Amino acid sequence: MVESYPIKQVIDDQGNVVDASNKDLINEELVLRAYFHMYRIRTFDKKAKSLQRQGRIGTYPPFEGQEAAQVGSALALGEDDWLFPTYRDHGAMLTFGADMTRTFLYWNGRLEGCVPPEGKHIFPAAVPIATQILHATGASWAEKRKGTKNIAIAYFGDGATSEGDFHEGLNFASVFQTPTIFFNQNNGYAISVPFERQMNSKTIAQKGVAYEMPSVRVDGNDFFAVFFEMQKAVERARSGGGPTLIEAVTWRTGAHTTADDPTKYRAEGLGQDVVDPIIRLERFMKNAGFWNEDVVTKAHLEIEEEIEAAVKAMESYPKANVEDLFNHVFAELPDQLQEQKDAYLHLLGGK
Amino acid sequence: MTTKMTDTKIATKNITLIQAINDGMKIVLERDETTLILGEDVGKNGGVFRATDGLQEVFGEDRVIDTPLSESGIIGTSIGLAVNGFKPIAEIQFMGFIYPAYDQIMTHASRIRMRTMGRYSVPMVIRAPYGAGVRAPEIHSDSAEALFTHMPGIKVVCPATPYDAKGLLIAAVEDPDPVLFMEPMHNYRSFREEVPIDYYTVEIGKGKKRMEGEDVTLITWGAMVPVVEKAANQMKQHGISCEVIDLRTLYPVDERIIAESVQKTGRAVVIHEAAKTGGLGNDIVSIINDTSFLYLKAPVERVTGFDVPVPFSSLENHYLPTVERIVKGIEKVTNF
Repeated sequence: MVESYPIKQVIDDQGNVVDASNKDLINEELVLRAYFHMYRIRTFDKKAKSLQRQGRIGTYPPFEGQEAAQVGSALALGEDDWLFPTYRDHGAMLTFGADMTRTFLYWNGRLEGCVPPEGKHIFPAAVPIATQILHATGASWAEKRKGTKNIAIAYFGDGATSEGDFHEGLNFASVFQTPTIFFNQNNGYAISVPFERQMNSKTIAQKGVAYEMPSVRVDGNDFFAVFFEMQKAVERARSGGGPTLIEAVTWRTGAHTTADDPTKYRAEGLGQDVVDPIIRLERFMKNAGFWNEDVVTKAHLEIEEEIEAAVKAMESYPKANVEDLFNHVFAELPDQLQEQKDAYLHLLGGK
Repeated sequence: MTTKMTDTKIATKNITLIQAINDGMKIVLERDETTLILGEDVGKNGGVFRATDGLQEVFGEDRVIDTPLSESGIIGTSIGLAVNGFKPIAEIQFMGFIYPAYDQIMTHASRIRMRTMGRYSVPMVIRAPYGAGVRAPEIHSDSAEALFTHMPGIKVVCPATPYDAKGLLIAAVEDPDPVLFMEPMHNYRSFREEVPIDYYTVEIGKGKKRMEGEDVTLITWGAMVPVVEKAANQMKQHGISCEVIDLRTLYPVDERIIAESVQKTGRAVVIHEAAKTGGLGNDIVSIINDTSFLYLKAPVERVTGFDVPVPFSSLENHYLPTVERIVKGIEKVTNF
C-alpha cells in the first residue's frame, strides 16, 4: 500500500528542486510570503515557549518543525474559507489571519483568544481529538447548501485518525460530497505513542480509499509540496469535486506540550536527520537566487516587533471580566444562572 | 384527523403526540428555510416511529436528510451546519443511542457560545425518544435526562402531551441555543388531544399544573405524567387531594411553580423513571429545600427507577414507577 502513496516533494533537504516541472510555479512573491510566515510563526512559537517558562502564559503545545505544513496549507485558503484547527495549529491560524494578541491570550487562559477577527471564519482550537473534523464537514456542507464556493479545512494529527470522529467525518464528507479538506499533520507522535503503535497501516493517506476520497501524501516539511497539493485540493472542493485527504508527513521537533518530557519515550537523537523546514526553504532560496539579505533582515525585524507588541498587548490586556464566567453560556441567562451570577458578584462586591 | 373550531375560534385537530411532533416540524420547515432534519431513517422511511413521516416528500431529500448510521457524525456535522447559518433538527433514534454523540454535545454544542464569547452559537434541536414500557429491545428504553440537565449550556425539554409537544418543539427550534427534546415514546400514540393547526409556541422553562390539589404536590414530567395523574385520581377517592406539576422543561427548571405549590401543600413527591442516584429528582428536592423548607410538613419523597441499568422488557414493569408505588409515596408523606 505504501508504494501507492509516494511522498510528493518539490524541494529536497538540500533545497534543490526535485521536479523541474514545478519550477515555473515558484515565483519570488510566493517564496517570500512562505519564508515570512514560516519565520513569523516559528518566532511566535519560540516566544510562547519562553513565556511559558517564565510563567507568563500557561501550558503551551509547540508546533516547531511543522511550519511548512501549517503555512503551506493556510496560504492556499481563500479569504472566506473556514479553518478548524487543533490546539497545535496556531501557526496555521496566524497565517490565515488570526490576531496574534488574542492567540497569546488563548494560551493565557482567556476566552478572548477564541474570538476570531470580524468576518474571519476561524473556529476555536479543538482540544478533544478529531471532533473538529465533523464541524468542518458540517460547516462546508452549509457552504455547499448556500451555493458558495467556500470550503473548510480541518487540521488534525496522526493520533486523531484512531478516533471515531475521524471516520465519521470522512464518511459524511464522502457521502454528501462536501467541500472539505482533511489536512493531517503526521508528526510521528501522539504525545508519547509513535505512529507505528497508533496504526498498523503504513500511511494515513490510504485511509481515504475506504471513503472513495482522493488522498495524497506530501512531504510536510516542504512548503511547496504542501502548498501545491493544497491548491489542487482547494480547487477540487471549490469546483464541486468533493473532499480530499492530505497527509503531510512532518516531525514534531519538541515536546507534546511544555508539561511533557519527550526523553521518556523518544530515543535520543531520533529525528535528528530531519531537516528543519525553514532551513530547507533557506537553502532553496539561496540555491535558486531568492535570498536577499536585506529583505530577510527587514522581515525578521518586522516580525520581532510584531511579536513584542503582541506580548505587550496581551500582558496589558484588561483583566478577565468575572461576568464572562456567566454571560455567554446561553443567549439569555436562565433565572437560576442569573441568581448564581448575582449572588457571586454580590459576594465579590462585598469584599 | 378531524378539524373543528373550538370556543376560542382557534382551528384545532385531534391528534397524538407523535403527530403533533410531525406537525411542529412541518411548520418550522415551512416557516424557516434554514431548518433541516438530519437522522437515521428520517427521510424515505419517515423515522422508525414515523415522526418525520411525509416530510421528505414535501421538503425534499435536501432538507430531510437520511444520514449514515453515525450519532456522533449527525451531531458533529449539525454543529458545523448550525455555526454556519442553519438550524438542524437532529434525530437520535432512541435516547439510549445518544452516548456516542455525548462528546460532541458536551465538549462542543453546549460550550461554543461561551468559548467564543457569543461569536458562534449552536441553534440546534436534538430529538430523542426516551423511556421504558413499550417492550423495546435493550438500550432502547433509557431515560438519560440527568446527563444533560447536569451539562451546562444545553436546555432540556420533555413534553407529556400533544399540545405541549408541538408548542415546545417549535420553541426549541426557535431557541438560539442547543435544546435536547426528549420524547416520551410511551405517550407517542397513547392518547389524543385537540392541538391548534397553526403555529404556536410553549415557553421553554415553564411547568404546568395538570391537576389542582391541596394536600400534596406531585412533581413529574414526560411519560410519567399520565401514571401520576392516575395515582392522583386514586388518592382523590381516599380523600387526599393531589396537585400534579408537569415540569415540561427539565433545564432550566421552573422553580417558581414548584415552590408555589409546595408552599401551599407542604408535602411533595417527585416521580421520574430514571435511576434514583444522581437523578433530576434530587435537584427538585434541593429546590424545595432552598425555597420551601419551612413550609414542609413531611420529608420530600422520591419515587423513581432503581439504581440499575434499565432492564430487559420482561422486568421493565418492575423498574418503572407504578401507580401502586406512587400511591405508597403519597401515603408516606401524608401519614408522616
